[in-house]
Amino acid sequence: MSNIYKAFENKKAFIPFVTGGDPNLDVTEKLLAAMEEAGADLIEIGVPFSDPIAEGIVIQEANERALAAGCTTDRLFDMVKRAREKVTVPIVFLTYINPIYTYGKERFLKRCVECGIDGLIVPDLPFEEKKEIAGECEAFGVDLISLVAPTSNERIRMIAKEAKGFIYCVSSLGVTGVRSEIKTDVGEMTAMIREETQVPCAVGFGISTPEQAAKMARISDGAIVGSAIVKIVASYGENAVAPVAEYVKKMKAAVSGESLR
Amino acid sequence: MSEGRYGEYGGQYIPETLMNAVHELEEAYNTYKEDPDFVAELDDLYRNYAGRPSRLYYAEKMTKDLGGAKIYLKREDLNHTGSHKINNVLGQVLLAKKMGKTRVIAETGAGQHGVATATAAALMGMECEVFMGKEDTDRQALNVYRMELLGAKVHAVTSGTMTLKDAVNETMREWTRRMDDTLYVLGSVMGPHPFPMIVRDFQKIIGKEIKEQIAEREGRLPDAVIACVGGGSNAMGAFYEFIPHKEVQLIGCEAAGLGVDTSKHAATIAKGSEGIFHGMKSLFCQDEYGQIAPVYSISAGLDYPGIGPEHAHLAGTGRARYVPITDEEAVAAFEYLSRTEGIIPAVESAHAVAYARKLAPTMEKDKIIVINISGRGDKDVAAIARYRGVEIYE
Repeated sequence: MSNIYKAFENKKAFIPFVTGGDPNLDVTEKLLAAMEEAGADLIEIGVPFSDPIAEGIVIQEANERALAAGCTTDRLFDMVKRAREKVTVPIVFLTYINPIYTYGKERFLKRCVECGIDGLIVPDLPFEEKKEIAGECEAFGVDLISLVAPTSNERIRMIAKEAKGFIYCVSSLGVTGVRSEIKTDVGEMTAMIREETQVPCAVGFGISTPEQAAKMARISDGAIVGSAIVKIVASYGENAVAPVAEYVKKMKAAVSGESLR
Repeated sequence: MSEGRYGEYGGQYIPETLMNAVHELEEAYNTYKEDPDFVAELDDLYRNYAGRPSRLYYAEKMTKDLGGAKIYLKREDLNHTGSHKINNVLGQVLLAKKMGKTRVIAETGAGQHGVATATAAALMGMECEVFMGKEDTDRQALNVYRMELLGAKVHAVTSGTMTLKDAVNETMREWTRRMDDTLYVLGSVMGPHPFPMIVRDFQKIIGKEIKEQIAEREGRLPDAVIACVGGGSNAMGAFYEFIPHKEVQLIGCEAAGLGVDTSKHAATIAKGSEGIFHGMKSLFCQDEYGQIAPVYSISAGLDYPGIGPEHAHLAGTGRARYVPITDEEAVAAFEYLSRTEGIIPAVESAHAVAYARKLAPTMEKDKIIVINISGRGDKDVAAIARYRGVEIYE
């Protein structure tokens, strides 16, 4: 078992996401430390990929910026290793399966352990295909995070039963991106998960405001926010550290149930 | 291993959001493929709407000119909408209708599959939206208008390299947004299971007809079947019936663009490596970190960085072999078939013609080659003229 459970110990978790290497790896390294300091309980780093099919336009463009700036899987690992000198909260990679597969599954997992990556979220690796890397993840003690979606219905039980680390509860149909309203009955999803497992579940996709985050955290164990943060990085570029930290602080307060002003 | 494997290739590497949708599709397909009404309805559409069976034509002049094996052309170019794509879309759109869907979405490269899907949607009264790379909507403006004429809405995709792979990405994204009333009509033997199987099954009529027609003409099986390969649907359709007949050589022709030793090609089997992308484990043109490579071919229909998993398997086992054909060879073959037989092939199909020109002279005169002419070349005339330095625009 990894350290991921610590993110949820006696608290609601706030989980920010940034695309690794956007706008460059130095900024990402600073963002990790600043987000931890601002209250992030677990940090998700996107491994840039040429064709991120589960992402909306905001994160697609972040992937393009990161690749254009020269981010590679090796450089990203090196950066995380450096950041780990300061950052202690659990860190997970969000990566498509191809960068893992072509890097070599064992080699990838070995590097994860060396650099302090606690888990992997692989959006194009559904339950039926998780055998592709589940054995390697198990062997190296890296949690393979399961996703459940609004369309999963009864599949939720099967997925929850074997879940590790935490369960990523996808709140909306479609791809990542900010939404004005979350229409899915997420409470129903998390209730079904609860019937099967004690593994924590955090809700993501579409969350951007403190109100949405607070609402999702009330019916789950935490809130995941990606596009809203990546948008800040896109507008501020190299100067994104302070505004991202400020945003994370505000969101952490919201999920913790502190009064919203 | 999971469902839909061809050796180690294939699978269902897609977001959880889509899993119930592909399961629903598979279930419906397994039900309807055995349903006599469905089979009869599709057969009627093939005959009376698409114009099947397509002809098997003995290319006598070409045979004499090359001085070797007898050459037959399977005339998929004579189908309604001008290519083999109609075989698949009639099947899939009819299936969508039976499933109670009211809307179909599709990706397209040059526009052949988009036009075919828009056609079937018009015929069966379905809403249709087609995703096409911005580069391709510019290069193939006529096909965009053609799809709109048929009542489809065309979205120009501006992400990534703005070509076919990005159109596939965007259609997948759209499907995750809306699947209740919508079916993704995939255009080739690729993507997550069950698509490679369904598309192959709807295309295998090509090989089935070849087998019957050549038996009638020659009283035996052909010695070689040649087809071009992008994603690989026309080749899979032409090959499938012959896979158990080991004496029949199966040859796929990949787009080598400016040459396999340059960076400008789409020769997945010659130059690609194993990966997992667009829902399938297969071979892809990619870099050492698994970033999908931009690919190139004069033929927009072969301009795809992957290949269907069943082809990867046939290549791996050696049952089929795959050869790279350059732009120059394809264009020369395009002109050659036009002048020799009065048949203007699609530039995609010209890749298969090009290899036949190399192979036939090395074979005895009593041997038989069948080339699948997967589409007609009207759409390519302007591009070929420009390749030859004649500035014509549609």
